[in-house]
Amino acid sequence: MIGLQILVDGFAISALYALGAMGFTLIFGVSGVLNLTHGALMVMAAVAAWAASALFGLGSYAGAAIGILCGLAGALVTYFAVVAPIERSRAIPREEKEIFVLTGTLLWGIMIQELVAYFFTDNPKTVLPIVEGVFEIAGVRTPRNQVFTAVICWIVIGLLWLFVNRARAGKVLLAASMNPRGVTLLGHDMGKIYVAVWAIYGLLAGTAGVLLGMFLGVSSYSVGPLTASAFSIVVLGGLGSVTGSLIAAYVVGYLETATAYLISPAYRVIPALLLLVAVMYLRPQGLLGRR
Amino acid sequence: MKLLTIPGFWIAILAVAAAATLPWWVSGYILGLLTIAYYFGVFSMAWDLLFGFAGEVNFGPTFLIGLGAYGAGILNNRYELPIPYCLAVGTVLAVVGGLALALPALKVRGPYFGLITLVAVLLLQNMIVVFSGLTGGEIGLTVPDVISIDADTNYWLALGFMAVSGLILTAIARSPAGLILQAAGQDPVVTGALGFNVAKHKLAAFAVSAAFSGLAGGLVVFYMGTASVGTLINTSVGVQVIIAAVLGGRRTIVGAALGAVFLIAAGELLRPLGGLSTFVVSAVALLVILFVPSGLLGLGSLRRAR
Repeated sequence: MIGLQILVDGFAISALYALGAMGFTLIFGVSGVLNLTHGALMVMAAVAAWAASALFGLGSYAGAAIGILCGLAGALVTYFAVVAPIERSRAIPREEKEIFVLTGTLLWGIMIQELVAYFFTDNPKTVLPIVEGVFEIAGVRTPRNQVFTAVICWIVIGLLWLFVNRARAGKVLLAASMNPRGVTLLGHDMGKIYVAVWAIYGLLAGTAGVLLGMFLGVSSYSVGPLTASAFSIVVLGGLGSVTGSLIAAYVVGYLETATAYLISPAYRVIPALLLLVAVMYLRPQGLLGRR
Repeated sequence: MKLLTIPGFWIAILAVAAAATLPWWVSGYILGLLTIAYYFGVFSMAWDLLFGFAGEVNFGPTFLIGLGAYGAGILNNRYELPIPYCLAVGTVLAVVGGLALALPALKVRGPYFGLITLVAVLLLQNMIVVFSGLTGGEIGLTVPDVISIDADTNYWLALGFMAVSGLILTAIARSPAGLILQAAGQDPVVTGALGFNVAKHKLAAFAVSAAFSGLAGGLVVFYMGTASVGTLINTSVGVQVIIAAVLGGRRTIVGAALGAVFLIAAGELLRPLGGLSTFVVSAVALLVILFVPSGLLGLGSLRRAR
């Protein structure tokens, strides 16, 4: 019975992890930017959804839409106000761009986190769920909300897959994530591609944030752990590999859920971290990494 | 001694001498703040040795600090050993941790190494919570002994410790070994091809950085009488250490100490803003990164030498 419980519970949380990590890895693949604002953007989207649905009484659908749009806006602001100026700066030597982008996005994330805490306190907030009630799946009681979360995540993942593999614009993005120079040679404007990737990332992070807010609730304290978990998953899967981060999200999600059920919730994240360290030692490029 | 010829050396001596007179001018409260700021200065200087000179982005300065702090604290709490022994053991523990971090640093580069250091911090945090019987867990660890209950003594000790650490770290950074370290940070392959042992120098840099971080961490514990995850290990503490070093100016060592004092002072001045003080400090740091990327001290004098 407990095995089934782990299967069902782990599925939804892994899907959420995957959604958050996929946008993160797309950005890295296309522009080499590691965006440490990630957790803050997710929390911001969730809190916006909570405020719209609960505080202003707009209902859960409008709340979710506002939350996702907030994620989109946040990602674009992050790109234009923080990442792009650092990338363009002449005062920063090339080999140090990376650390500057990391530090800059980290600071920007802290600023968002502090603003959220200031205006909405740091109490945990649960976004008004779109579906209520409980399912019985094979004798395991599962909140409908959890099933809904998993379904929406997979629909979005499917759409993303269709977009990058079937749509023309998506193919350009995928190509850019594999070989930016080649795409430039084919006459595509990298500047536009960057903006498009950040926009897609914003929608993904916003959706993941809102769903997380409905499913588990968020507070300004979730920012750090969310960024860390996305970062770990992306490295485990291989930086720049979208499929890799999907697989890694499920590995980490199930490992955490199984640990919480079988050993103790206090140890929840430890095996995943140890696995990560082992992978970094044995296969630094990650599961499906190309470099 | 080449140190005497460095511009700024005498200025630093004067600044330390001036700072040493502060207990006769200011309140005990400000002294307490500065005491912590000086220890933070050592954290940042040790971080700058790794980043500015060895080119290694360590996102987990608090991993090394925490090992030193908890190693020393647990010994004192459990076995009531005298403080110097506890500090020595904590420092050794931090060095061992630093060498463990250095091994992957020799293999993987850039963001991957950054992540390993982040994971090290998260693991340490979790271990402290899991073994709460030994470490005091979430609540924190209380040590029976403190260095001194006199604010002036504590202040002078911290100032002296920061000055001596700064001197040693600067001497290392400007020595031939420091130059090889810089070269290795910028292009390990070429440096190795020129016949320098990159691995040896990097390991040494990690050991030195870890020793200072760990010792400073232990001293903070015996200054405050407690060790807790929130004050010494949380990622927010690590972020502060990094921001201080970047604000003060990379590759300057001394700049990192100035940055730490500046950060703590700014946080205090902005206290009336309440919840927004961290926001403002982060915003200032972000603006510095965007507009004055070389930090408060400008480009290090090593840059000019090129």
